[in-house]
Amino acid sequence: MAIELQQVTKKVAGEMHIHATDLQLYPEGFNVLLGETGAGKTTLIKLMAGLEKPTSGRVLFGGADVTKLSPQKRNISLVHQFFINYPNMTVYENIASPLRVAKYDRKEIDRRVREAAEVMKLGPMLERRPQQLSGGQQQRTALARAIVKESDLVLLDEPLANLDYKLREDLREELPRIFADRGATVVYATSEPTEALLLEGHTATVRQGRVTEFGRTEELYRRPEFFETADVFSDPPINSGEIRKEGSRLELNTITWEAPAFLRDEPDGPYRVGIRPHFVSPREEVESPVELVGKVLVTELSGSESVAHFTTPSGNTWVSQSHGVHPFQIGEDHKFYINPAGFLYFRTDGTRVSAAAEMATL
Amino acid sequence: MATIELQNLRHSYVPEPKGPEDYALKHMNFTWKDGGAYALLGPSGCGKSTLLNIISSLVTPSEGKVLFDGRDVTPLTPDQRNIAQVFQFPVIYDTMTVYNNLAFPLKNRGFSRQRIEERVREIAGLLEIEPLLQQRAANLSPDNKQKISMGRGLVRDDVNVIMFDEPLTVIDPHLKWKLRSKLKELHQSVQTTMIYVTHDQTEALTFADEVVVMEEGQVVQIGTPVELFEKPAHTFVGHFIGSPGMNILPAEMNGEGPSFHGTAVPVANPPARLEGNERLEIGVRPEFVRFARKGESGLPVEVLKTTDTGRYRLVFARAGDTKLHAILPEDESEAPTGQAEVIFDPERTRLYADGWLLEN
Amino acid sequence: MAHKTENPRAWLFVAPVLLLVAFNAFIPLMAVINYSVQESFGNNLFFWHGIGWFEQIMNSERFQATLLRQGFFTFIILAIELPLGVAIALTMPKKGFWVPVCLVLMALPLLVPWNVVGAMWNIFALPDLGLLGATLNGFGWEYNMTSDPFDAWFTMILMDVWHWTSLVVLLSYAGLVSIPDAFYQAARIDGASRLSVFRFIELPKMKHVLTIAVLLRFMDSFKIYTEPFVLTGGGPGNSTTLLSIDLVKIGLGQFDLGPAAAMSLIYFLIVLTFSWIFYTLMTKNDPM
Repeated sequence: MAIELQQVTKKVAGEMHIHATDLQLYPEGFNVLLGETGAGKTTLIKLMAGLEKPTSGRVLFGGADVTKLSPQKRNISLVHQFFINYPNMTVYENIASPLRVAKYDRKEIDRRVREAAEVMKLGPMLERRPQQLSGGQQQRTALARAIVKESDLVLLDEPLANLDYKLREDLREELPRIFADRGATVVYATSEPTEALLLEGHTATVRQGRVTEFGRTEELYRRPEFFETADVFSDPPINSGEIRKEGSRLELNTITWEAPAFLRDEPDGPYRVGIRPHFVSPREEVESPVELVGKVLVTELSGSESVAHFTTPSGNTWVSQSHGVHPFQIGEDHKFYINPAGFLYFRTDGTRVSAAAEMATL
Repeated sequence: MATIELQNLRHSYVPEPKGPEDYALKHMNFTWKDGGAYALLGPSGCGKSTLLNIISSLVTPSEGKVLFDGRDVTPLTPDQRNIAQVFQFPVIYDTMTVYNNLAFPLKNRGFSRQRIEERVREIAGLLEIEPLLQQRAANLSPDNKQKISMGRGLVRDDVNVIMFDEPLTVIDPHLKWKLRSKLKELHQSVQTTMIYVTHDQTEALTFADEVVVMEEGQVVQIGTPVELFEKPAHTFVGHFIGSPGMNILPAEMNGEGPSFHGTAVPVANPPARLEGNERLEIGVRPEFVRFARKGESGLPVEVLKTTDTGRYRLVFARAGDTKLHAILPEDESEAPTGQAEVIFDPERTRLYADGWLLEN
Repeated sequence: MAHKTENPRAWLFVAPVLLLVAFNAFIPLMAVINYSVQESFGNNLFFWHGIGWFEQIMNSERFQATLLRQGFFTFIILAIELPLGVAIALTMPKKGFWVPVCLVLMALPLLVPWNVVGAMWNIFALPDLGLLGATLNGFGWEYNMTSDPFDAWFTMILMDVWHWTSLVVLLSYAGLVSIPDAFYQAARIDGASRLSVFRFIELPKMKHVLTIAVLLRFMDSFKIYTEPFVLTGGGPGNSTTLLSIDLVKIGLGQFDLGPAAAMSLIYFLIVLTFSWIFYTLMTKNDPM
């Protein structure tokens, strides 16, 4: 179903929590709300659910104004970050509960519960109670309850945040498949850029109560229109700095490099460059990279990737992200190679330079 | 500071254990070097907390000994063992100021006022909580409270070992990495033996020089982060470490080498001798899987989906009934769809028997 | 981003409580205020008396003496029951078979009705037949509650301690068992003494329930009526006449509705003020 927010705002105790927002969700696939804790993702979800009433503006479901409608009348499902199930009911009863409320007949309930349990891999657990399940299974139960209802709108508020990472990986892989062909519009809030990319679909980047941009996830990641979007959509944080353009050369502190074709015709002066950490590598991977030497301050190793924070002699702090486990020595100087193809250029007002010109070169 | 040795350790919560399944900790023998940074990594219920509690003497092992610098400490209490522990939830003394919280372990041991002042200031400096020293500890944020818990362990410079039991559980996600790297830095400046228990690979690999991976009550591998990534000693390690984890395919012996569904798969550790009844598996990380180029022949797979993660492309495929992940670098040309063939880097592909890496 | 959502329907849910409170608190209070400012004669004749009754009560020696007596009683029982209750709670087991046994034993005195407690202790204290009275006399203490004010006070306080220490025990116990093991383990590792564990862990963690215990015991002891009335009837003389006993004497014994109403209000204000002071002092440094 087509879900739309029109000029929706939310003010609480004189404080703007959501600034005027227009958002037209895509009826199929995932609509990811990406932003830090406290950016306003949960408030947006509550506004869509009807748990909060907007201070101004309208919420439309399939073109009909539902702004004043209570959550019960909106045909929605909501899954939280915490595993919320009825503790004294079996998994079967938990999944069946929304259908019982809607007064479906017993046969239909049974058919739908078993189908949802099958999809969520809960078949053998139907007679257990939530406390007897692992965290992952509890959240699967909550998700099964959300799909059994065949809602128009399914709202998932960081549903994987409290799971161990291996379970998170598995469920993340399954979720898009589970919701495919169900005809529901899915909204998925997360604070992890990688999660948004893995879920594909569309993404809205949210910061301080504003949706900075909304678009196809991959598109938004690669070609953000605003610096803020790139900043929200980067983990570890994006490297950025003020650069100067003089003729065909670009300069950042002591480093200079050749301006790309689409930047040549722009006026000389200050610009901002944004470089995602994975374009800064401890290995020489591309031809003619920009080279940097920096002292490693902090390193982090996730299972497959290594992150290093380092400072250059001019005092700038950089973040590098590379594949594999790279043993950095903290406090030592390391050489890093930056791939200039990964540079994003922004004007001083935060808009990105020449998307059109760039499209032509691709 | 001490070398910690576990000798023939075994523990069961059942009074009269019958089979190996009754043991929460299966037979183990190993040594932690003085001044090292170690992590105990494993999923919940793998026995890592039991092991931690045995070292801190909150649990007495049913069999075996714990030795500190060669001295048997198995019958000693936590304070006699002279250890420090940081718990999952911050433990602070609500009514005291931050300063007094940090000074508490020293006061109890009768240190001079001047010495206490020196140590507290030094540790507060390391933890970057100097401005908070005169505040009441009860009103602080969870991350600062947890820093105080850590500080009480660090303030004594004579402890044998400091243990961390999932210390970042209550910390806000965007503050986690700061504390994570702070801990690493602390270890480098104080050089005390530290043991960090967690189920999170990033926390373990970031903190530790050596990681002890546990599963179902046994240690499956002890190694550096690089070793765990590049040469998992057990399929569990391959699966548990890395996102996505190692691909694990059932294998059979076909003449000289292993094969999967009739396709020979060259591995780095061709077995010299096999009993014949082992469960054989091929393990290869998604990073070392690539698609066959023209003229090459490889393992036939069905490509289900390719996702662009921004940094690389993740291919979801199926080889027979087995799920297979492949990671393709960004610059490579279009990923294939439908039926395709993949090639595993033979130097990074290994054969496992009953879960364990085969020695060659 | 926690904030309150406005929902007019919420009023519907609190309406029954509001109605109940209106009937059993607000309307009687209004009636009392009405009486306190009027002079009453028989046949429902009332005259405006202003604050006359209040002046009279505040200046009466009888009221001052009763108030002093009441304050003394409350102070003593708080001073005994709180430390005693905490001490008993500390010795109770935290897990295992004995937990329910201890809890039931502790709850027993609380289950006995007030008048029965009074009657029980009345018999218990008989100098010739009562177990307590006879035993004390056997030890050479010439104990007689009905003639000796000290003995009467002694019995009354003993009775209250017997009856109500359990409440303090149960509340403290609830506070104690909610302290996670990690705190005790950390204290052991920090080398803390038993006293330090009590002072820096147990006492602070019990603070909230102890606040409730103090408030409950303060209010209850201030309005205590049945037990001492059944036990001593306020005697010998007026030595154990507490506020509520005196109030009933004036109001129902002498039918002086005006002074009784004024006294009730003064009494009410005292309890309210003290409760507020306690509460504010004890929760002053809370992070909440």
